[in-house]
Amino acid sequence: MDKSRRSFIRISALGAGGVAMGTTGLGLYPVSFDDMGVKASAVPLTRTATYCEVCFWKCAAWAYTDDKGDVVKLIGNEIDPHCYGRLCPRGTGGVGMYSDNDRLKKPLIRTEIDGEQTFREATWEEALDLIAKKFTEISQAHGPESIALLKHGSPGKHLEHLFKAMGSDTIAEPAYAQCRGPRETGFAATFGSWVGSPEPTDIRDTRCLVLIGSHIGENMHNTQVQEMSDAIDQGATIITVDPRFSTAASKSKYWLPIKPATDIALLLSWMHVLIYEDLYDKEYIDKYALGFRQLKDHVRTFTPEWAYGITKIKPQDIRRTAREMANAAPAVIVHPGRHVTWYGDDTQRSRSIAILNALLGSWGRRGGFYFKESIKVPKYPHPEYPDHKWGWKELGKKYPLAQMGITTEVIKASIPNPDNPYPVKAWMVAGTNITKSIPNKKLLEEAIESLDFMVVMDTMPMDVTGYADVVLPEATYLERADGIRSATNREPSVAVRLPAAKPRFDSKPGWWVAKQIGERLGLSDYFDYEDYEDVIKWQLEQMGTSLAELERTGVKMYPRKSGSMYLEKGEAYEFSTSSGKIELYSQELKDLGFDPMPVYIKHPEPPAGYYRLNYGRAPMHTFSRTANNPNLNDLKDENRLWVNPKVARILDLRNGQEVWLKNQDGVISDFSIKVRVTERIRWDSVYMVHGFGHTNKKLTRAVGKGINDTQMISSVAVDPIMGGTGMRGNFVSILSENPHKTVEI
Amino acid sequence: MRYAMVIDTLKCVGCSDCVVACQTENNVPVGYCRDWITEVVDGSYPNVELELKSERCNHCENAPCVRCCPTGASHIIDGGIVLVTPEECIGCGACIESCPYDARFQHPEGYVDKCTFCHHRVEKGQSPACVSVCPTNCMYFGDLDDPNSEVSNLLRNRKFKTLAPEAGTKPHVYYLI
Repeated sequence: MDKSRRSFIRISALGAGGVAMGTTGLGLYPVSFDDMGVKASAVPLTRTATYCEVCFWKCAAWAYTDDKGDVVKLIGNEIDPHCYGRLCPRGTGGVGMYSDNDRLKKPLIRTEIDGEQTFREATWEEALDLIAKKFTEISQAHGPESIALLKHGSPGKHLEHLFKAMGSDTIAEPAYAQCRGPRETGFAATFGSWVGSPEPTDIRDTRCLVLIGSHIGENMHNTQVQEMSDAIDQGATIITVDPRFSTAASKSKYWLPIKPATDIALLLSWMHVLIYEDLYDKEYIDKYALGFRQLKDHVRTFTPEWAYGITKIKPQDIRRTAREMANAAPAVIVHPGRHVTWYGDDTQRSRSIAILNALLGSWGRRGGFYFKESIKVPKYPHPEYPDHKWGWKELGKKYPLAQMGITTEVIKASIPNPDNPYPVKAWMVAGTNITKSIPNKKLLEEAIESLDFMVVMDTMPMDVTGYADVVLPEATYLERADGIRSATNREPSVAVRLPAAKPRFDSKPGWWVAKQIGERLGLSDYFDYEDYEDVIKWQLEQMGTSLAELERTGVKMYPRKSGSMYLEKGEAYEFSTSSGKIELYSQELKDLGFDPMPVYIKHPEPPAGYYRLNYGRAPMHTFSRTANNPNLNDLKDENRLWVNPKVARILDLRNGQEVWLKNQDGVISDFSIKVRVTERIRWDSVYMVHGFGHTNKKLTRAVGKGINDTQMISSVAVDPIMGGTGMRGNFVSILSENPHKTVEI
Repeated sequence: MRYAMVIDTLKCVGCSDCVVACQTENNVPVGYCRDWITEVVDGSYPNVELELKSERCNHCENAPCVRCCPTGASHIIDGGIVLVTPEECIGCGACIESCPYDARFQHPEGYVDKCTFCHHRVEKGQSPACVSVCPTNCMYFGDLDDPNSEVSNLLRNRKFKTLAPEAGTKPHVYYLI
């Protein structure tokens, strides 16, 4: 029935024994962690310096290997400012990424047998030769620019180098337009600089932390979690704005259970209180900011009473919390959040947050935002990259303040269209499971279907691998060297990642893959090293240290060179905006035809019988990548649908009951999810943890467990300023009958 | 010497790092755990309270598991740590039944297993793995007989509770509230 030339391959690969990729792969290989470790053994362990790749925080750690050379535990590096010796559960459980027997084991090539598409196992030679041949053909026919790289994390860095050497700058990552892009643009338009990662929030010294939909403690952004705990010890006030009673909300003095999609109204009314009650930092605003008069006029009518009708937060609570912030100022942080692509006006909401911080004088102040610093890692010498005719910039030109590639625009450009001057013909996907990070599955599948060629490199048979023509098994971060981590923090630091164990199965490090493809394309000059450790060694020597030193310490701190972390009293300071001032009123936005100051716009609300779909994080999982990790799956193997007891009563739902979801566009969830009846959620919304509902049977622990929230997101509100995809405007109805009953699944 | 663990529920975010750290430190097979997280929700929207905390063997002074063990495999060592000697355990499960904290389980090898307060680390002057890894720093470990220890100070200056006090077990895990 499926005539697709790139139909999703769910079945086991053919090949030696036919089971290598199957659920019975266990036992074929010498290392079986299921047999491992009954009693704490006294085997001496050796340690290797690494930094974590389970999320983007990149905490430096020590990987401990036993006498057989297997990684058995991971402990944070004590001198690392990202973790201070304490990894989060995912970092500690990173060992499961290595030990998972469901890993990709051999390169796979799509083939057709008896009219059915499947993968066959291939040698690396064969797979790499095929990639080089296809890249060459496509490059000759359409230009190298038509080959796009969609990536995340360390492997992406190596491939980015390969792509630029090939002449393609068609590079994007969901981390931008599907995640934190709007806040970078919003803060850049206000303070002239990105928030960046890790966020330069001085939480440990703050007296008031304001979280808006940011759920520290459920997201385990390590330093933030640790410092929030310090702030609790110090007696700091926490104010949490969230329709859900998050973990952070439970630690807060004030929880403002806001009606979803009304945050800008609350932010504007806080500005109103600060300005009209004369609570803002006058000296700071006079010295550093531009457009205060316009802002004052702008927020005149945005009283707490006005906001009450919209947000359902009582005027006295709005006033009281604004005064708490002002009392703590400038040691106050209105947190920029991280995953901020919600309703399509996200840059403006981020602007509101930035402006609020400006009124409180918290940017560049102790307990607010510090001036971060990093050290530049010298580039390993290679020839200049060739020019490209077009790239991510041209693909995203509709969005004037897009500052990185927009993955969804790359996807759109892959669908044949005679009016598109920038057709994308092939993808390489690395380290990102786009079927779980990109909304609007229909569009995504249409794009994939149109491609001439698609390569996926990953450590796990994530859902996205099922669409590939060639699948490359990458070695995990514990088995490979990667680029030096230069951290942007209070003080600059570097950390190294060295292989702690030999790659299991036939997996290979990302740097090796990039080099091998490069050499096949005649780009050897760009990869003038035998081993990536040569690059690290050279770079460290340029930085006045050595590989030997970093093997011993894992992390090296450097002194600041840019001066104080905070503004001195009365210090003349030039911000990186075009005016050199904090722009409360943005002429730049005005000139581009956008609101120069944020405006509250009403967003669609759930129709009768539907609930707003909210999603978030669980502390033991990162996106969808950890769902199959044996250690982390053991902690949480499925997501649940949070439902308010009132809703449960109306719909007659019980705790633990299996339900299916149908969204406003008629999309029905592949799988079921168990109901969790809880007072922690508003009655107009439901909530689930992101990253579950895997469809690939090769993920034996994760397949079919829970619902993939991204599948239910078919309506996207695009941010006209930078192309972010607002995903919180989807509404679901709850089905207690299995809608697939008569359908083969 | 009286070892005790003090856990600050006001800081715990229930991330389960203590659970994974225990598993990798003590080679606890996947699917089993010596410590775990509990979540208690109280009230109704929007007046809700949430308590998250990490639980484990309470290393009771008056330990029912030790009293009921027919072979002496369950025993208390210096410092008040309750241990099981796998070689002496016949896996009868009496201790599992007797524990009011549900802290014991049958290891796939047959013997009964549980938290040891990481005494192999404590002997070396280190804190238990769960304490050493906790990203919120909400767990403390030390000697209650030392009035100047961190745990003694915390119990002197903060409100706290123990679990199932009605069982009369005199537990050595305390929760700051």
